[in-house]
Amino acid sequence: MIRPGSEAELAEALRDATGPLSVRGGGTRGPLPDGTPLSTAALSGITLHDPAALTLVAQAGTPVEEIDAALAKANQRLAFEPMDHRALLGTTGAPTIGGVVAANVSGPRRMQVGAARDHLLGLRFVDGEGTVVKNGGRVMKNVTGYDLARLVAGSRGALGVITEVALKVLPGTETAASLVIRGLDDATAVRAMSEALGTPFEVSGAAHDPQAQGGARTVLRIEGFAPSVEYRCRALAERLASHGAWEVEADREAVRADWRGIRDVAPFHGTAGDVWRVSVRPSQAADLVARAGAEQVLYDWGGGLIWLRCAEGDDLRERLGRYDGHATLVRAAPETHAKLHTLQPEPLAVQALTRGLRETFDPRGILAA
Amino acid sequence: MQMPSPDARIMARKAQVVQRLTEALGERGVIHDPSETRAYECDALTAYRCPPLCVVLPSTTEEVSAALRICHEENVPVVPRGSGTSLAGGALPTADSVILGVSRMNRVLETDTMDRIIRVQTGRTNLSVTGAVEELGFFYAPDPSSQLACAIAGNIAMNSGGAHCLKYGVTTNNLLGVTMVQMDGTVVEIGGAHMDAGGLDLLGVICGSEGQLGVVTEATLRILPKPEGALPVLMGYDSAEAAGACVADIIKAGVLPVAIEYMDRPCIRACEAFAKAGYPDCEALLIVEVEGSADEINHQLETILKIARDHDPVEIRAAQDGDEAARIWLGRKSAFGAMGQINDYMCLDGTIPVSALPEVLKRIGELSDQYGLGVANVFHAGDGNMHPLILFDANKEGDLEKCEEMGADILRLCVEVGGCLTGEHGVGVEKRDLMTVQFEPEDLEAQMKVKDVFDPKWLLNPAKVFPLAASEGRRA
Repeated sequence: MIRPGSEAELAEALRDATGPLSVRGGGTRGPLPDGTPLSTAALSGITLHDPAALTLVAQAGTPVEEIDAALAKANQRLAFEPMDHRALLGTTGAPTIGGVVAANVSGPRRMQVGAARDHLLGLRFVDGEGTVVKNGGRVMKNVTGYDLARLVAGSRGALGVITEVALKVLPGTETAASLVIRGLDDATAVRAMSEALGTPFEVSGAAHDPQAQGGARTVLRIEGFAPSVEYRCRALAERLASHGAWEVEADREAVRADWRGIRDVAPFHGTAGDVWRVSVRPSQAADLVARAGAEQVLYDWGGGLIWLRCAEGDDLRERLGRYDGHATLVRAAPETHAKLHTLQPEPLAVQALTRGLRETFDPRGILAA
Repeated sequence: MQMPSPDARIMARKAQVVQRLTEALGERGVIHDPSETRAYECDALTAYRCPPLCVVLPSTTEEVSAALRICHEENVPVVPRGSGTSLAGGALPTADSVILGVSRMNRVLETDTMDRIIRVQTGRTNLSVTGAVEELGFFYAPDPSSQLACAIAGNIAMNSGGAHCLKYGVTTNNLLGVTMVQMDGTVVEIGGAHMDAGGLDLLGVICGSEGQLGVVTEATLRILPKPEGALPVLMGYDSAEAAGACVADIIKAGVLPVAIEYMDRPCIRACEAFAKAGYPDCEALLIVEVEGSADEINHQLETILKIARDHDPVEIRAAQDGDEAARIWLGRKSAFGAMGQINDYMCLDGTIPVSALPEVLKRIGELSDQYGLGVANVFHAGDGNMHPLILFDANKEGDLEKCEEMGADILRLCVEVGGCLTGEHGVGVEKRDLMTVQFEPEDLEAQMKVKDVFDPKWLLNPAKVFPLAASEGRRA
């Protein structure tokens, strides 16, 4: 395992590499590519936290846990609530902030506040030739030059190895509550969630679990100052009364645990089968699920994100056919990843651009992401 | 500021280029008479002007593709243009270039409040996107000051922001998909009505690429439900330090206003004279806006006003009704116009970490004394995006050059304290030669390599963003 202790050492390791590298942060988000393992874990530490500027800068290998703890002290947080993949994938290790950015990992709040990439203010990375590149900065508004930071975010290490990230952080919320209703069918649930997200009540989570214990469960999250949360819960339940009676779950810790479970796809933990993650236009979600033939389903992002558990080796993309969105294979045997591809194949014109960018930043093909 | 010398070989082929473009787009789609191309000689950076070879005004993505394919074959540079409101010279032509204007493409293609998206042709103006969904209870969040005129195409090219991005983000955070035409005429669909990319985030790098990677003809944008209500509060302070500390404390307290705007005395006076907004005459004025129901607004105001009072304000006034709220905003939104009535000015756009605000304001004051040019400050304090207006006399020999030098010094200062050259206006030609202040050669090389992939011949808006010396070997 190569463990560079500095950006310069990492750059040297990339320059010296003679074959493919398997780059990882905590290695919790699998599948890891073949190649010589290279870990960013030794590039660790928060370099700057400026609460008044809502800014945090950290080295790529910094554990997410350390960042959460530091932010909590200032009553701040990563608003995009990155998912923890460990229980779903059966991985161990400490998720790192570099991994979060490299895979653009977000959680239920993504549909309201944006994804990891939307909170990224800048980064430093080393490309496949060992050149150190800086892009963006640490300020909230910055249009100086091309936005390579967003291009590298979510690239899964294909364009370079991230060494440092600057993130926008947001105030923590005083409290949170959920509105819950049982028994809605998928199409109705997505419609109800869309209606909720179309109100001014700032719904920060909208999920639907068709196979929940005790019957299909649709849940909406409201966060903020206590009187405001109370008011919005009441107003929202009235607005959505045509779907039935919504119950308020106001126990802050229970609400927090519930949404952590949705974030980490808890209903799928400890099950067998392949797991797919589908980003879709919400109005197409229920139809898509109907033709997916999945064993288990969880809707997040008001229907914009669907988690599907399918039989091993099943080609979900073929069943889904054409729709507005894409499907990523998240959990499967290595052979299935190889056979079906982890990422959705793209149209030819997009493929050409992607290939061109990869060849430009990694001409030797050592970043085998 | 230098522009590359026009290619005489291209100018000599004007008739042929115009003929081919006319065959593809019809007489109505091509402007080539010098008396008419003059209308496209500049954008809102009016200090620099140059009529283009000709102008094409396509009506469809197919026509954009046809026009670009012809220019690609003819090796003619193309300068894309939205509404021409760029303050950075993003749409400034060269004499050997074709302006491609998207103004005729302004239709709404789809509105869906259940999926909370709108799909438009990119010649549509920013404000009219909101106009198309307002009656349905929705709005499009990015709100640049030029929103009445500026086009979505330009917003995407420059990744435009506005006063309310503290809460709602800038264009890149509200853009879900585009139809884009590459320089060789290839039409590519990126993103859509769903969230996040399946592969590389091409949308992320296209947004803010200043029309150098492709011409975006259609865009899918996120629309948001309108808040129940909004209320601005005025706070006047006797020092920049007090106002800056107040902003920092509000943010640290966990309240996130939708906007925090800052104006200094010269700007306050000009706006007051112009808009009669009822602003107090003081050193620093903050406008803080909060949203929600009446009770929610009151609850947030309680926190904010308590902090505001701790910093010894000369005046605090919450708007009592919609009229008063509109008046408070009218003053701020007319700031540039108000300053323009009393002086020529150059508007800067650097961003700094909010915590550096008092120091930067002090040093801008020192530069003002040193250069003997007045400065009025108006900016988005919540996100540190400054808009110092340097006052000069356009009729006075050498004043513009002096003003540009001082502007460069202020931008260097922004970078020095951890900020950047431009927060929302873009680099264009205006800040092109300062890029080396913020970036190492390797950083610029990495960006230019992206353009190599999208536009290998470097024909799209080639003389922008990168210092000419840096891009020289790549440009035709």
